[in-house]
Amino acid sequence: MTSLSNPASGPAAAPVKDVHAKVYGDLDHLQAPPVKVDVPAETQLRWLRDMLLIREFEIRCMQAYQEKKIGGFCHVYIGQEAVAVGCTQAVRHEDPIVTAYRDHGHALARGMAAKHCMAEMFGRIGGCAKGKGGSMHMFDKANNLYGGHGIVGAQTPLGAGLAFACKYMDEVIDGKKNSRVALCFLGDGALNQGAFHEALNLAGLFDIPVIYVVENNGYSMGTAIARGTTMAHSLVTKAAGYGIDGYVVDGMDVLEVQAEMKRIADKCRETSRPAFVDMRTYRFKGHSMSDPRKYRTKEEEEVFEADDPIGKLERHLKASGALSEDAFKAMLKSVRDEVRDAVAWSDASPAPGMDELFTDVFVERWGPYTGSTQPEMNGGTPNLPGTLTIDTKEELL
Amino acid sequence: MTALREIEFRDALREAMSEEMRRDKRVFLLGEEVAQYNGAYKVSRGMLEEFGERRIIDTPISESGFAGLAIGAAMMGLKPIVEFMSWSFSLVAADPILNNAPKMLYMSGGQFGCPVVFRGNDGAGGQLGSTHSWCVEGLYSNVPGVKIAIPSNPYDAKGLLKSAIRGDDPVFFLESERMLGNKGHVPEEEYVIPFGQAKVLREGTDCTVASWGRPVHFCMEAAEELAKHGISCEVIDLRTVRPLDIGTVVRSVKKTSTCVVVDQSWSFGSPGSELASQVHRHCFDDLDNYVHRVHTADVPTPYATNLEQEYLPNTRKIVEAIRSATYNL
Ligand SMILES: Cc1ncc(C[n+]2csc(CCOP(=O)(O)OP(=O)(O)O)c2C)c(N)n1
Ligand SMILES: [Mg+2]
Repeated sequence: MTSLSNPASGPAAAPVKDVHAKVYGDLDHLQAPPVKVDVPAETQLRWLRDMLLIREFEIRCMQAYQEKKIGGFCHVYIGQEAVAVGCTQAVRHEDPIVTAYRDHGHALARGMAAKHCMAEMFGRIGGCAKGKGGSMHMFDKANNLYGGHGIVGAQTPLGAGLAFACKYMDEVIDGKKNSRVALCFLGDGALNQGAFHEALNLAGLFDIPVIYVVENNGYSMGTAIARGTTMAHSLVTKAAGYGIDGYVVDGMDVLEVQAEMKRIADKCRETSRPAFVDMRTYRFKGHSMSDPRKYRTKEEEEVFEADDPIGKLERHLKASGALSEDAFKAMLKSVRDEVRDAVAWSDASPAPGMDELFTDVFVERWGPYTGSTQPEMNGGTPNLPGTLTIDTKEELL
Repeated sequence: MTALREIEFRDALREAMSEEMRRDKRVFLLGEEVAQYNGAYKVSRGMLEEFGERRIIDTPISESGFAGLAIGAAMMGLKPIVEFMSWSFSLVAADPILNNAPKMLYMSGGQFGCPVVFRGNDGAGGQLGSTHSWCVEGLYSNVPGVKIAIPSNPYDAKGLLKSAIRGDDPVFFLESERMLGNKGHVPEEEYVIPFGQAKVLREGTDCTVASWGRPVHFCMEAAEELAKHGISCEVIDLRTVRPLDIGTVVRSVKKTSTCVVVDQSWSFGSPGSELASQVHRHCFDDLDNYVHRVHTADVPTPYATNLEQEYLPNTRKIVEAIRSATYNL
């Protein structure tokens, strides 16, 4: 029951249902009660811009990858924008979040400047981790983003730990009721890691206020969810096994995501209990930059593209009179300018100085290790090029 | 002319697996994306078609689960090949691969062996960052009870993988994403290469340069470059680090009197430190200098390309080490 009906003359209802059933393994997947949307228009406009920024950022990432400015593995978030935006807008800024390697969207939604995110991928000193982490490892302490984690499932116990700490700080150290919840995002593929199951049991056992948001895009690499995961049609049963409440949410609708997540987060905060969300979404592009997507059909992709979370909100705002065509064009332009500037800024940011190799290994300075510095985005002064005080020859290692 | 057939490293690996699967129905392959996707790196391309889904098995992202499953199956007498998309992901399966496989025979007093081959990409793949660039030989070679092969070329890869699959003991087979497309001569005729036999790739008189896996190519480049300056290097490819063919290295060092060990894992407690220590012990009176070592820098793998280049063993560092070891600075 999406809060926004799709006014586009997209494919007829029956095939859409069939395609959804094929991807997620069930017929009537949106069991959540209808959501009443009473979000002010200017807030909705802000969310539209947030999603557009992520989309534009990812398009430029793909270009930059082709131009070899970005290396390694790079996973774009196109199609899933409503999830990061809706979820982060449903919690408070002080609520910590952690995610997997498809993390650019979460970083931007959390408030990281596009230039620091882009510069990280360019391997430049102006990056959020001074170019040392890369695309899969985005961290932003000021915005309470605890990574970007490259190993599937690795972030799931950490998510429990973040929430555990919130509760501990409030209740054990400050002697007041817990005030925060943690959001832990994971892909559907991560459901099959042992770490995830241990984390869920701990969260259930210890009353940890962490919300596991499964970004269920139907695939882990080339593996359709039902080929790799039992009970794919009803993931909430996994949470039920650990005594954790489960919800199914339409991740292609930012208003629904925000409203549902707000409700869930409020309850978690109040009860200090974990929650589990089967967030139905879709990645429009390949798994990473080298994926010909032979494991799914063009028709299937078209059905989901017609359900584009950005187009949906754009149409809704236009229909309600809150957004004129001119205002939308201006929004697009400002987003393009912002990302173009981020690329230019990243191009101009120098490569990290060689001293960075031995910086941030330990906080303490000893042997060849040069202690730790903060990235530029946190007001730090990292090692610039032209400094090589470290002798990296064998003797020192 | 079959003798000159050249194939890619990935094809050599596939030929080894397919030939052994044709010989022996107990052999099967499992791992992420190995079947329908034809392998994340196309090593198993076409194998599903030939052997069917009972023997080429796609798994969920559950390394601990499927590694352990393979070990159980091996205890029953099957011969699984487990593909790790990357050895970096084997860390979540540390308990089965380090606590079960290498110890089963011992713990069971000789009753249960574990003839499993675990294989996949090892080492830095090019800006993959700290979590995805593991050289697991640094950790895993410390564990008694597993054999470890780290081939540098398609010919060795095929011969070693065939003997790994035929053997009765657990094997860690470490490949490199950076070399899967490398072409090399692999004859049509069947052959196997036993573990524990190093290969002298280039004869020389001034310095023994010992390595395995991808850095072997940098050693050859360094030797080439130094030859222009009258320094003659003997380059040895160990091919397996467990067992370690110390004899071939010792014979060479007795001739050259100097030795450089090149190892892409971290230096502290590594196959490189082990080899250097053994050379010191066996060649104490022959050495003109201490054994020099080239490793990756003692830090997590950085993402930025300039830092990563400086972090890895490279030809420049090997040249410097050889010059230093031979007093040719
Ligand atoms: C432990 C581990 N095994 C394998 C991988 C390789 N890998 C990276 S992403 C991925 C697929 C994950 O799919 P999913 O969790 O659904 O997330 P999505 O990519 O759809 O966002 C795999 C197998 C890894 N990073 N870590
Ligand atoms: Mg997925």
